[in-house]
Amino acid sequence: MAETRRVALFVTCLVDLFRPSVGFATVKLLEDAGFTVEVPSAQTCCGQPAYNSGDNRDARDIARQVIEAFESYDFIVAPSGSCAGMLKKHYPELFENEVKWKARAEAFADKVHELVSFLVDIAGVKSVAASFDGTVTYHDSCSGLRELGVQTQPRALLDTVEGLKLTEMADSDVCCGFGGTFCVKYPDISNAMVGRKTEAIVASGAGTLLAGDLGCLLNMAGKLKREGRPIQARHVAEVLAGMTDTAAIAEDR
Amino acid sequence: MEIRSPQFKGNVRAALDDQALQRAMGNVRSGFIQKRANAAAKLPEFEDLRDEARDIKNHALEHLDLYLEAYEEKVTASGGHVHWAVDAEEARDIVTAICKSVDARTVTKGKSMITEEIGLNDHLERNGLTPIETDLGEYIIQLRGEHPSHIIAPAIHVNKDEVEDEFRRVHTHLPVDRNLEDPRTLLSEAREILRHKFQTADVGVTGANFLIAETGTSVIVTNEGNGDLTQLLPRVHIVVASLEKIVPTLDDTAQILRVLARSATGQDMSVYTTFSTGPRRPDDPDGPEEYHVVLLDNGRSSMLGTDFQDMLRCIRCGACMNHCPVYHTVGGHAYGWVYPGPMGAVLTPSLIGVDQSGHLPNASTFCGRCESVCPMRIPLPKMMRHWRQREFERKLSPATIRAGLGAWAFLAKRPALYQMAMSIGMPVMAWWAGKTGRMASLPLAGGWTKHRDLPAPEGKTFQQQWKQRQEGTPT
Ligand code: SF4
Repeated sequence: MAETRRVALFVTCLVDLFRPSVGFATVKLLEDAGFTVEVPSAQTCCGQPAYNSGDNRDARDIARQVIEAFESYDFIVAPSGSCAGMLKKHYPELFENEVKWKARAEAFADKVHELVSFLVDIAGVKSVAASFDGTVTYHDSCSGLRELGVQTQPRALLDTVEGLKLTEMADSDVCCGFGGTFCVKYPDISNAMVGRKTEAIVASGAGTLLAGDLGCLLNMAGKLKREGRPIQARHVAEVLAGMTDTAAIAEDR
Repeated sequence: MEIRSPQFKGNVRAALDDQALQRAMGNVRSGFIQKRANAAAKLPEFEDLRDEARDIKNHALEHLDLYLEAYEEKVTASGGHVHWAVDAEEARDIVTAICKSVDARTVTKGKSMITEEIGLNDHLERNGLTPIETDLGEYIIQLRGEHPSHIIAPAIHVNKDEVEDEFRRVHTHLPVDRNLEDPRTLLSEAREILRHKFQTADVGVTGANFLIAETGTSVIVTNEGNGDLTQLLPRVHIVVASLEKIVPTLDDTAQILRVLARSATGQDMSVYTTFSTGPRRPDDPDGPEEYHVVLLDNGRSSMLGTDFQDMLRCIRCGACMNHCPVYHTVGGHAYGWVYPGPMGAVLTPSLIGVDQSGHLPNASTFCGRCESVCPMRIPLPKMMRHWRQREFERKLSPATIRAGLGAWAFLAKRPALYQMAMSIGMPVMAWWAGKTGRMASLPLAGGWTKHRDLPAPEGKTFQQQWKQRQEGTPT
């Protein structure tokens, strides 16, 4: 379908700032699927820190800025279930009292997708040309899973990566304790949650942890490192794109 | 009940340090979740039933005044009495006045969160009455001088060996060398003790899972049968219930019952589902001589027509807390008032004020697991977010957070400035981290680095590199 259609990459603030290689992996996956990728420069963050802190006015301002920059594209894709969920599910909610902007937000939301579910469900990608030598385990990040239904798609594509073996951890669908500002507002609760998560990751026996959201990955990788676990963490896009030459998250480089 | 929600952070630390509590919470994580999942999977129409249950309650709430009036009429017609209570104090006074009117001395109680909400036990004691909890879990925490930590499993925070200790401490008339290893022996010992109390009680107080407008009936569901004895044996039965318990018809009740136990414990039905309509009639084999219903508002009517109306659909099944990773971590007492977990995080601010309980709707990652299992499809995270908005508007959120957020938003709304700042900041941070790829500490990031390393940025930002790539300069 629609081989020459234009995808706007919403790269997300965390990928932009902390791990640009995920952005380039995303671009490669989208280009391999036959899309033209552009990166509108008027992007910073999806506005979740404001929205989840009850600051709707700033969240709305940021939402307007994103909608204006992205609404002319055929698709808007983000390598994050959390940010895509914000754009797709919550932007329309922000404009309950502004009819015109609500309509714009809804039209915009229709075109927003999380990366891996976009590849499988919209672009019809069935396999990737990548190889990875090792055992991985996959964490289902909450927003992607419960707001957008991302669960089978990453597993289906990982299954086609040559040499890769997926071994499920217990409770892969339970929150890792990141929660954006939650992890610094309630560090003790967050710590207990991520501690249970790293226990499950270690018990899975996998050498590499994958997930589709960098926020969760920074949290889990940071905890694995603090605990001295010899487990690497990467965004699933890096593995699917075959771009695993860069040091893993929080790894020596 | 004393409000300890403002000390939430301290409560959390105490909970994390409490080894016995942490041991007990492990059972919550493993028990309820699988049972609910199995029950839901066995019933193909389960998801449709959730929609129906939601619609029934929505309809009832839209016409609450009408159904409440109809309910009162039916109760009166069946020989019972309805007492309207605006707040906790009124409700307490009504209950004690009824007890005094029949010279009551002891009051048996079925499990009821509403009587916790109004602090009934303390009040009865202050008035010379002896309240006796008859639900095993409630009985245990009454002995321990505690409040419920879960709305359907009040003693979920207590381990079996702790119950044994408590029974040995209190039931001193029983042989010291008796075997209390098996959970069943604990149950039968409690039964034995309570049997005697049931027979001597003057008044029985229960809550209600439903109040049926069509028939003037109150419904309780229990697994131990203690509720039945509480309401059948004494001369007077008092139902204390909040007004959103109303459902229009018997059929509606049957519909909602199909999702209640499945969501709560994974049972198809609770062991006992008991319908009570009025006092004993001349040809009834048993039943109380007097039947009273105390209908409590306590702030609920002011939730109607607001962002929080949906919360009044709650049927107190406990599924949201059973599935909540925050509840799993801190237990119910940390929430600092009657209602814990996600439902408490939404309801408590409505009932005692968000200024008292602001931490509760904030202490959530918005993981959404509660909403995904709530049989009444209550959008719990969305309503927690509504509370955060109220707090932000009223400037109740901490000043440091507001300042940080303000500075961040200022930049986030100015992409060119933002990108310039980040294209300097990120490479500096990467350089700071050096070859390790992570930071064990960082100024202003103590909340993060106290417990985990902070992965370092790779260097140049994506946007920086992308621009250079577009312009053909080597990255
Ligand atoms: S909010 Fe929903 S899941 Fe939680 S107790 Fe109420 S009905 Fe049950």
